[in-house]
Amino acid sequence: MDAESIKALAVAGTIVLGAIFPAVSIGWIGSSALKAIGRNPEAASKVQTMAILAIAFAEAIAIYALVIALIIKFVA
Amino acid sequence: MTNSLFLTFFVCIILLTLTYLIGRNIKIIPGKLQSFAEMAMEMLLGLMESTLGSREKAEKYFPLVATIFIFIMTSNLLGIFPGVGSLMAEHGHTEVPLFRSPAADLNFTLAFAVISVLVTNILGMAAIGTFNQLGKYFNFSSPINFFIGILELVSELAKIISLSFRLFGNVFAGEVLLTIISFLAPYFIPLPFLFLELFVGMIQAFIFAMITLVSISLHTTAHGEHEHAEAH
Repeated sequence: MDAESIKALAVAGTIVLGAIFPAVSIGWIGSSALKAIGRNPEAASKVQTMAILAIAFAEAIAIYALVIALIIKFVA
Repeated sequence: MTNSLFLTFFVCIILLTLTYLIGRNIKIIPGKLQSFAEMAMEMLLGLMESTLGSREKAEKYFPLVATIFIFIMTSNLLGIFPGVGSLMAEHGHTEVPLFRSPAADLNFTLAFAVISVLVTNILGMAAIGTFNQLGKYFNFSSPINFFIGILELVSELAKIISLSFRLFGNVFAGEVLLTIISFLAPYFIPLPFLFLELFVGMIQAFIFAMITLVSISLHTTAHGEHEHAEAH
């Protein structure tokens, strides 16, 4: 196991783990937003605004993982 | 003088030209361009009013939020333009793209994030008083409150980093994705990825403006007890 292969494994592991949890949480947020709209169609636009905001927050974590993976790969 | 700064100048020129064209003859019965601008302004003001609570607050903080939204959205849309990323220029011994999406440069997004957080705090100082606002961070009434104050300060710094990296990561990753896909399959296949880029660019501009808006609304509410985010 030399340094190059460990680096490659680190890059892959970072992005894999860093993408699973945000994916699950975005699905969860979307599902609860759908349930909320289904129960109360009048509040649809408020729920939608909040859901988009929450999804962007969750996706930002995946973006942090991507940036770290890119840094490991291209900048030592 | 970087290539993304070059495209930022173009974004500025386009926005200033649009502003001049719209503001040139403002009529009571608007023409097409003016009615488009009025519609966009009305939509954004309505959204801000539902978050902030009152119309006059929405009008007061409208310039900052609308500028952030329009500038970031225009620069993201211009970043997918044909010619951006593909026209090459000589730089020393290598070839670099002549134009690059502005938000793919961390300096651009960091500048916006710092401006957003600083101006939000200054607006909070203007709304509830300088010592009240600074007292949120440096609260010497009890050890627990002191610790909470330090945590609030760290949370503001984390907001700077998170805002800048969210926009940077989304646009930079989209750029890398488009480059790789165009390299692998240049005809027709990049279409869905271009749509994704378009969508992501608009959503990210909206998100940046919304986060700024929500933090303005949190900072400028009168400080009764410790308020949690019940804006929605």
